[in-house]
Amino acid sequence: MTTRQVLLLLPLLGVAVLFGYFFWGLTAEGRDPNKIPSVLINKPAPDFDLPPLKGAGVPGFSRADLSGTISVVNVFASWCVPCLAEHPFMVKLGQRDDLVLYGINYRDAPLDALKWLSKNGNPYARIGVDSNSRVSINWGVYGVPETFVLDKTARIRYKHTGPLNPGDLEKFIIPVIETLKAEEGS
Amino acid sequence: MLRLIFFVIFTLVFTPIAFIPVAFAVEPDEVLADPVLESRAREISRNVRCVVCQNESIDSSNADIARELRLIVRERLVAGDSDAEIESFLVARYGDYVLFRPPLNVRTLVLWFGPFVVLILGAMMLFFSLRAHHKKTVPLTAREQSELDRLLSPKTEPDTKQNGEPRE
Repeated sequence: MTTRQVLLLLPLLGVAVLFGYFFWGLTAEGRDPNKIPSVLINKPAPDFDLPPLKGAGVPGFSRADLSGTISVVNVFASWCVPCLAEHPFMVKLGQRDDLVLYGINYRDAPLDALKWLSKNGNPYARIGVDSNSRVSINWGVYGVPETFVLDKTARIRYKHTGPLNPGDLEKFIIPVIETLKAEEGS
Repeated sequence: MLRLIFFVIFTLVFTPIAFIPVAFAVEPDEVLADPVLESRAREISRNVRCVVCQNESIDSSNADIARELRLIVRERLVAGDSDAEIESFLVARYGDYVLFRPPLNVRTLVLWFGPFVVLILGAMMLFFSLRAHHKKTVPLTAREQSELDRLLSPKTEPDTKQNGEPRE
């Protein structure tokens, strides 16, 4: 091939590279535009103090409670249908003795939340009521459900946006917990 | 040729920008009493992405979280924060993504200047290819040259068709 022919192929090559990049951008895992990457990963949890959900029988919680153990913080609401879908996985997490499961009740009517919990079971060790979503905003929450995994220094190590689908617990959450436990052991 | 290049550049640079009609979602109870602060709040809100309804600003979104973010913007304004402080408050929680106008930093250099680099490269390619095309002149073959000479030389034979009219 002459140099000229090679040069003529260059634009085609350029377009092919561009298309490849677009294809990657549209299909690659972790590039879903609906999932905003959290800027709080590896940062300490924001300061907060949430009141309890009266009648639920568990206390509220604050930033200080998160230190000392591995914690999972789940943002939920009774009006949130995907929250109900992931609820069985929260029950599973709540049964583990290597972590403490916290619930942030997001923009919910207290009575609705109580009804929801008594109907579906309360997996949370503590529930904080965030009626105006101010605390959740400090956590970078933009929808429900969202799930955070924190190490025992109350540093946010993982964030799961949206519901835990079947398999997600084993694929995302438990490996993070295992890593955190390994870190502690070393 | 130069005119063509200018034409291409001008069409690319001055392609008319579509003005999108904007519906406002700000509710009366949110509006600040101080009109100066309120107009600053509106200005900031227009550049803040509603994180659930991503192509709307919090100024035009009816989502609960957008309303809450509008209230936060206004509370911080009243508390005396600068526009930049409010933006960094939001960025610290939701990342650069929350701003419609991405900040200029090392990670966004390509985003900001990439199009201009591509434009300049394209203009250069166009310029050089047009110039190369223009310069290329092929010398006449011997046959063409002799034909040209014949056509250009003064006529030796009287042409009967043109000078057909009998003369005195």
